[in-house]
Amino acid sequence: MSSLPTISTATLTKDLRLEWRSKDAINSMLFFALLVVVIFSFSFNPTAEESRQIAGGLVWVAFLFAAVVALNQTWARELRNQVLDAYRVSPAPANALFVAKAVGNFVFVSILEALMTPLFIVFYTLRALGPAWQLIPVAMLGTWALVVNGTFFAAMSIRTRSREIMLPLLLFPISIPALLSMVEGTSAILTGEASAKFWIVLLAVYDLVFTSVSLLLFESVLNAE
Amino acid sequence: MKDSKAAHQGAPFVAVENLTKQFGRFAALRGVSATFDGGRLHAILGDNGAGKTTLLRTLAGLIQPTRGTVTVLGSTDIRAVCDQLGYMAHPSLLYDEMSGMENLRYFARLYGIQDDERCAKAISAVKLDPELTRPVGQYSQGMRQRMSLARALIHDPKILLLDEPFSNVDIGSAREMVRLLESMRAAGKTIFVVTHQASLLDGAADEFVWMQAGQIVGRTRQLQPVEVR
Repeated sequence: MSSLPTISTATLTKDLRLEWRSKDAINSMLFFALLVVVIFSFSFNPTAEESRQIAGGLVWVAFLFAAVVALNQTWARELRNQVLDAYRVSPAPANALFVAKAVGNFVFVSILEALMTPLFIVFYTLRALGPAWQLIPVAMLGTWALVVNGTFFAAMSIRTRSREIMLPLLLFPISIPALLSMVEGTSAILTGEASAKFWIVLLAVYDLVFTSVSLLLFESVLNAE
Repeated sequence: MKDSKAAHQGAPFVAVENLTKQFGRFAALRGVSATFDGGRLHAILGDNGAGKTTLLRTLAGLIQPTRGTVTVLGSTDIRAVCDQLGYMAHPSLLYDEMSGMENLRYFARLYGIQDDERCAKAISAVKLDPELTRPVGQYSQGMRQRMSLARALIHDPKILLLDEPFSNVDIGSAREMVRLLESMRAAGKTIFVVTHQASLLDGAADEFVWMQAGQIVGRTRQLQPVEVR
């Protein structure tokens, strides 16, 4: 019998291979995020100081909306040809699938963030006045918060008829504490007016709680009829 | 796993008792009770909506019965014996963007099989070329069905549950699949085939199980015309 890490790695490798060949999630996320950046830059014409105040909100809202596109794709490819049933009849643990999907989404959204962040910096002439290195834990913990909940709720909504609508309806309200921490943490770092440590700790606790709950409940979600 | 195998000695390979499955107000299975011997090829026949696929999916553990019990290899916990079940559905259960070998390699890992040689053997067993690099999405329907069978066989299960394995397959490929099933039955596997093409299994199946409106209405050794049943 294979262990959880072995099956998770095999599933993650398979997902990365499928994404590399189809580029379904990455392409749609990139175009969506790019549109948001361009539209926001046309809509506002902030000074450097104003940019520091609002950039946290703009960046994370753009990433959240773009991530939903990828999260919907995650399970859609498992529904084609009912491949998910092949996983369900196997002895592989349900959580191995969840971990692989969440890590895969983390990789996709991180790629998006790495590509879009320079654009945000250019469009909004951003420069951090606080400790810029703290943006890394905010981004990593914040991205994990989005994808762990997103992967879970996308799995819950795959069997519903209007799953594209259902996912944001489920995901956005529960992501509010994480989104608030990401926005406030990023703004604190950019303006240098306050410490972002509280928001980083809050994100870490949020991640711990929601990862644990998702792992506990995912088997029931996977086998729901 | 070993306990369930030990408990299985002398018991029927597969048994269902008072099996009922409701989808809302619709009863797909209505109190089905039956036992099935091992090492045999059971053909499950019936009209659309008779409950054939629901019965097969229940045996595979994909559907939880509303009432009743399913016993497979002496265990009522299908999860405990799922490594002894091979399931082939009407859709291919394969990733269209990956080659046959890539698909099988992935599904093999789910059963703890790391050996690529076994994947190649499973593909060869269904008369396909393991070296074929083109994605499954570009296969013909017959090739896809055979690759789907190879996926169900990859972990060498004792019981095969096949849903419409001959659909959309030309008559030559379908007969070839029947010969393959006969050889697997001869190797000791227990095979359940849900099909609308019963005549293909005439002379090959050990038993024909007739279903109607969610119930088993007859079990015959020969394929008999409907009016004789």
